[in-house]
Parts: sequence; structure tokens; C-alpha cells
Amino acid sequence: MTWWRPSDVGFAVRTRLADLGWGLRLFLRLLQHGASSMRRFGLVRDQIHFLGNYSLAIIAVSGLFVGFVLGLQGYYTLQRYGSGEALGLLVALSLVRELGPVVSALLFAGRAGTSLTAEIGLMKAGEQLSAMEMMAVDPVRRILAPRFWAGVITMPLLAAVFSAVGVLGGYVVGVLLLGVDSGAFWGQMQSGVDVWADVGNGIVKSLVFGVAVSFIALLEGYEALPTPEGVSRATTRTVVVASLCVLGLDFLLTAMMFSI
Amino acid sequence: MFGYDTRRVLDGVSLTVPRGKVTAVMGASGGGKTTLLRLIGGQIRPLAGDVLMDGKSVPALDQAGLYAMRRRMGMLFQFGALFTDLSVFDNVAFPLREHTQLPEVMIRDIVLMKLDAVGLRGARDLMPAAISGGMARRVALARAIALDPELIMYDEPFAGLDPISLGTAAQLIRRLNDSLGLTSIVVSHDLEETFHIADHVVILANGKVAAQGTPDALRHSDDPLVHQFVNALPDGPVHFHHPGPSVEQDFGVHGGGAA
Repeated sequence: MTWWRPSDVGFAVRTRLADLGWGLRLFLRLLQHGASSMRRFGLVRDQIHFLGNYSLAIIAVSGLFVGFVLGLQGYYTLQRYGSGEALGLLVALSLVRELGPVVSALLFAGRAGTSLTAEIGLMKAGEQLSAMEMMAVDPVRRILAPRFWAGVITMPLLAAVFSAVGVLGGYVVGVLLLGVDSGAFWGQMQSGVDVWADVGNGIVKSLVFGVAVSFIALLEGYEALPTPEGVSRATTRTVVVASLCVLGLDFLLTAMMFSI
Repeated sequence: MFGYDTRRVLDGVSLTVPRGKVTAVMGASGGGKTTLLRLIGGQIRPLAGDVLMDGKSVPALDQAGLYAMRRRMGMLFQFGALFTDLSVFDNVAFPLREHTQLPEVMIRDIVLMKLDAVGLRGARDLMPAAISGGMARRVALARAIALDPELIMYDEPFAGLDPISLGTAAQLIRRLNDSLGLTSIVVSHDLEETFHIADHVVILANGKVAAQGTPDALRHSDDPLVHQFVNALPDGPVHFHHPGPSVEQDFGVHGGGAA
């Protein structure tokens, strides 16, 4: 009703800017603590286990089904132009360039991002982070940074698993069920997929998504209101914001990588 | 002086905590007692005024200085604030592992000694979810004294405890203070236990120091506010009713007649 009043607009802008600055500072502190996280690699290792291992099942199963579907759809479309043998290439390129990094990042946000947000939010609600500060232990260094770096490391690995399982799925449908020649399937893939331009760019994408999703999950948890509603709202926001961020970044990265 | 947003919580509070003694800070709930502890611990900064620990200003410290100072303080949170993903043993070992390079065998000995001091050596392998509120607070106490601090702050150590745990907690605070040569600040509104163990009592009311002195002196004080507090009277200088519109305005009654 009065949102257009200059003082209210100014207040809202100032609040947003302060939030933005706060988030940016947290991001820089997470980067800054990268070295110390690596020195105590045990903490990062535990988180990689927690985030990666528990996401593995959903990533592998999704990858398999995406591979199945790619095999089916790709075969029927390619067949129309008489180039069914190119199925291997089509499946591999779609997975390595796009679907692997993007879908695994979306699943990672839902599976691991939410648990990160809820964990940090509940630690905050239980005064555990305050207690840590009073013990002269920086929660950003001890709790957030290892989780952040674990997420950044885990994301490309999960994307690789997703793509690999997806290719197998495409093989099962294309070669075993629909009768594409096995040699053509693998041969086309081998000659058509470039290590740097395709696989390399896919890895860069998933690294960027790993940074984005882990950071958003931690930020939402760290600034969640320390109440049950606050934590639940933060968890929801993690999924929404991280997913949109992944899709937006994917567009930007694709435009940059494949248009030059 | 300190305020959250627009509300001033503490205003013109000046008090001294003597070394080696148990100082109790009492007052009604929401009266700024916990805020006072957070100011001392440097978690929040005052809008005006200063907090000195050992002659050094806490609000003026940078993060490194603040963390160095906090290593000399221990704080016990109201509900313990144990790390729920770590066992009792690992909770107490946490500050030792973070701040020292001690070998694991020595950490084990120190942790068991600290747990023994609070009577929970046998509970070392339990998870925080599996112990009672009173036990959780004792574990948190063992964790707070793990690095042998000089100052220890208790935030409502008696809230929500059964009579036995309550007595145990009070005795523990007194005993640790004397045997470890600590300085203790106890924030509480439990009159009986607090007066029993404190050397010095500060009563906060309306964001100010209303009275301070030894428990005996306060018990016999004729200040109306202290009298109300010590005798737990519902109405007096501290009002039963939260400030708001008058009864007449809210219920539409005029001069005793029906509306």
C-alpha cells in the first residue's frame, strides 16, 4: 500500500544491500577457509561421505532412467533420418554437456542441500553455533567451510556417475532392446565426444553448480530464523533458489562455452 | 547501554564482578540478564559504554583478540547447547581438540577428569539425545571447564530442573568455583538456590541495577523492589500487568457500570 513511499523503498533497498553484502562476505570467508579445510581433510572427507554417498542412489537411479528415455527418444528421432547409429553420440553428448551436470545438481539441491540447510539451521536454533563461538571456535571455519568444499568436490563426481550410468542406460535401450549396432554406438561416441570441449565443459559446469548449491544451502541455513518455521522456510528456499540458480547459470555457461 | 533495534534492554548498568567469587545476576525474565552475558562474551556490542575483562575492553577487540579472550571464558547455555552429532565424550573433547595439539591419550584423561568432576564419567559413550536435561547441562559444564577457564558464565543453570538435579547443579557451581579458583557469573531467577551459593547478588530491573550486595543484606533490605523480588510478591514496583491500554478502554466499561 505504501511500498512506493521513498523512505520505505530506501529502507527496503538498504536492507537488501546489507543482506547481499552479508552473503558475499560469507562467501569470501568460505573461500578463504579453503586452505584450512584442506589441512584438516578429515572433516571434509566425512562430509563428502555424508553428501556424496547418500546422494549416490538417487543420482544413479535417475541417471539410468534418463539414459533409458534418451535412448528411446533419440532412436525414434534419429531413425527418421536413417542415422540410428549416431544414437551413442547423441546420448553421450546430451548427458555430458547438459543433463549430467544440470539434473544431478537439481537432485543434489533436493537431497543434500536441504539436509545441509536443516542441519545448520537446527544447530543455530539449538544455540550450538553460539556455543561454538563462545568456545572461540569459528563456526564458519569449523562447520560451514568443510561442508562447502565437500559439496564442491562431490558435485562433479556425482555428475560423472550420472552421465556414466546414463550412457549405460542408453546402451541398454538402444543396443540391447532396439538393435542399434554396438560397434557404431560406441564408435560414434568415441569419435564425436571431445575431451575438453564436451567433458571438460561439463565438469566446469558441475563445479560451478557445486559452488552455487552448497553456498545457497549453507547461507539459507546460517541465516535461518532459529525457530521451527524459520528452518522449514529456509529448507524450502534452498530448493527453490538453488534450482533456479542452477538453471539460470546453466544458460549463461552454455551460452559462453558453446557459442565461442 | 544496550538495545535491540528500537527497544533498550539495558541502560546505565554498571557492575563489577569480583575475581574468585560467585556473582549472581537476578531479575525478571526478559530483563536483560542473558543480554548481559552476551555483552561480556563479546557476542554483541554495546551501543554505548564499555565491558572490561581483566582491564581489557571486550567490545574494542577484533575477532582474533576476542577469540583469544574467549579461550579464558567458559559459558554454559540455558539448555546446554551440546553438539547433537557428537557423543558426550566427544563434546567435552571438542574444545581440547580444536585448541590444543594434545595426544589422544591425554585428551582422554582430561575429558574423563572433567566428566568425573560433574559425576558423569560413566555416561561418556551416550549421545546427547539419550540423556536428561539436567545431565546435558552437567556435560555442557564439563565442556565449559575443559580448557580451565578463569571466568565461567551460567545462563539460567536451574531452569526446568527437578529438585534433585537443581540441588546438584547448585552445589556443583559452588564447588567448581572454589576448587578450580574460577570466577563465576550465574544468571538466574531461582531465588532460593541462587542466594544459597552466591557471594554477591546483583538484581536487575527495568534495564538498571536495582540493588546489589550479599545475599543476607538483600534479604533484609527494605527497598520496595528488592522486597518484592526476594519475597516473590506478584505486584509492587515491578508490575503484574504489561503496559497497555487501560481496562476501561479495552473492555468498554465506564466507571463500574455494564457496557
